[in-house]
Amino acid sequence: MTTHTVPDPPGDADRTLRRTGRQVGDVVFRSFSTGSGITILVLLAAVATFLVGMSIPAFTADAADLPFGDFWAYVAPYAFGTVWAATLAMLFAVPLSVGIALFLTHYAPKRVRQIFGYIIDLLAAVPSVVFGLWGINVLAPLMRPLFVWLNENLGWIPFFAGKVSGTGRTILTAAVVLAVMVLPIITAMCREVFTQTPRLHEEASLALGATRWEMIRQAVLPFGMPGVVSGCMLGLGRALGETMAVAMVLSPAAVIHVKLLTSSNPNTIAANIALTFPEAFQLGVNQLIATGLVLFVITLAVNMTARWVVARRKEFSGAN
Amino acid sequence: MPKSLPQLRVEVNPLTAGRLPRFTEPALLVVSLVVTAAFLSLLAAANPAIIVIASALVFLATSFALSVSIEGVRHAKDRLAAHVVTGFFLVALAPLVSLAWGTLAKGVARMDPQFFTYSMRNVIGDGGGAVHAIWGTLIITGMATLISVPIGLMTAIYLVEYGSRHRLSSAIRFFVDVMTGIPSIVAGLFAYTLFSLFFGPGTKVGVAGAVALSVLMIPTVVRSTEEMLRLVPNELREASYALGVPKWRTIVKVVLPTSLAGIITGVVLSIARIIGETAPLLVTAGMNQSMNTNPFDAPMATLPVFVYYQYVTPGIPQDPYHARAWAGALTLILIVMLLNLIGRLISWKFAPKPGR
Repeated sequence: MTTHTVPDPPGDADRTLRRTGRQVGDVVFRSFSTGSGITILVLLAAVATFLVGMSIPAFTADAADLPFGDFWAYVAPYAFGTVWAATLAMLFAVPLSVGIALFLTHYAPKRVRQIFGYIIDLLAAVPSVVFGLWGINVLAPLMRPLFVWLNENLGWIPFFAGKVSGTGRTILTAAVVLAVMVLPIITAMCREVFTQTPRLHEEASLALGATRWEMIRQAVLPFGMPGVVSGCMLGLGRALGETMAVAMVLSPAAVIHVKLLTSSNPNTIAANIALTFPEAFQLGVNQLIATGLVLFVITLAVNMTARWVVARRKEFSGAN
Repeated sequence: MPKSLPQLRVEVNPLTAGRLPRFTEPALLVVSLVVTAAFLSLLAAANPAIIVIASALVFLATSFALSVSIEGVRHAKDRLAAHVVTGFFLVALAPLVSLAWGTLAKGVARMDPQFFTYSMRNVIGDGGGAVHAIWGTLIITGMATLISVPIGLMTAIYLVEYGSRHRLSSAIRFFVDVMTGIPSIVAGLFAYTLFSLFFGPGTKVGVAGAVALSVLMIPTVVRSTEEMLRLVPNELREASYALGVPKWRTIVKVVLPTSLAGIITGVVLSIARIIGETAPLLVTAGMNQSMNTNPFDAPMATLPVFVYYQYVTPGIPQDPYHARAWAGALTLILIVMLLNLIGRLISWKFAPKPGR
């Protein structure tokens, strides 16, 4: 009999090469990995849906039925407190972090750089409840003499007006704690971009006779700017959402004012949820979840802005 | 023809001319510290903090002035910048030292065997421990890891190996970024609503806490794993394909083993990040005074929440409660530091050396 020794048609050859379980194994593996990607999308959609769904009763119910009163009037002071505390924290944290990142990348000896880079990273991992304990127990008593001094000597500035808190648990203390918490995040980001500055840019600047500081201003900072901005936004996002440290340090109230040293401070949304939620029931739960939704929207806006800034800068930057 | 006058010669090294000698700065630092301390103690305002701050300012001002007069403005600015940047670094170390010292000093009092062997069941006042909270933290974090790691790992594999330049993958990448920014309390509220919808309002169980922590953990796992997978050289994959190995076996046998150390490091670091989360557990897992190792029934104590309640709602006298809170905080910090150390060790030991 004649055996068909003519060359296999291309389709067959293809099949013999791919025979080893490709069909089953690859399809299964591929669909598993795609599936978990989709799971993440579903999860995020679920977070949004559940939050919105549970918030709707708080928006639609009659103000008289709501345990905390009219929703927008209820959330306004907390939204203000959230933004205010985070802004203050950023005021302290941003210059410090950029300075530390510059020190670690361009000033410190190599060994100091590694060790302290690691230590600053460790600071990022300290649980927020520990920061809360530290803030209330160690920092607040330390800050009080400063508060008294500020109030006596600079009391005419609206920020330092009013009666000084007896415990030191003011929004300024909370902001300092927040600043310490976001500092490692911003520092890590800045350090990364500062070390990526092209060596040639730096050396060109130095070769033209620039001092180290001039070199940093001409080469390092312009190159690292998008990274610094996005690091700051990440830090801001963390500061806005931080709960326990604020909940423990602040002596809270539902007020809108900019006095930094008094014992009635605008509370933040997150801290208010943590303090009120365990005792809330029925519509109160809905109302608190609705404030959580407001917080979600605020942080989302901040994060989106950060990504947008970075993406836009990347397009026009000649550096990469 | 006038004979040239004998020139007055001063030995000047042209490289160091017009610069301050190296000992100037340390000397100036000491002088400004001593002078400021003496001056302030005359005024009877000798608070150590004030002395340090004031002498730092004096040092900055005098060194700047001295440098301007001898080296010129540009070098003076350079010096000022170096001093300020170093100062910022030292300022940032202060809270770190204070935090470490405060926690250690106040926490060590209750770091006794009883703390690690007793729960708070029927404990009023002195004694008691956090063994129930430690178990709760381990169980909830372990469950969160079990949920997050497979999802995060597979998603990263999809992003790197299958979905590059696909519309779905850019959507996933974007939403993973969004997820990174979810405040922890919002994740807690999500898990709370999820479980109250299915198991009745006010359900507080350990697994709800694990779900909340997963929402926070998944994005960090995805990001770190994705980064590690991208580091695997394409030549390895191509060599494997050339030998006729199907894609999935290439991933399992070549890509994953190559990047395993980095992936494990990323997972350990993200565990370290979520193990200290308090707010989401406060609203989902609740609090329990007794040991509860069943995550599907009844509230479950966790270490961060334990610390929070011991401190915020103490009994009378409050000292034993606060001592327990500090001991809990110290335990937490030790756990987190240990995890960080393990993560670094793994990555240090197994990291592929750059530039073979």
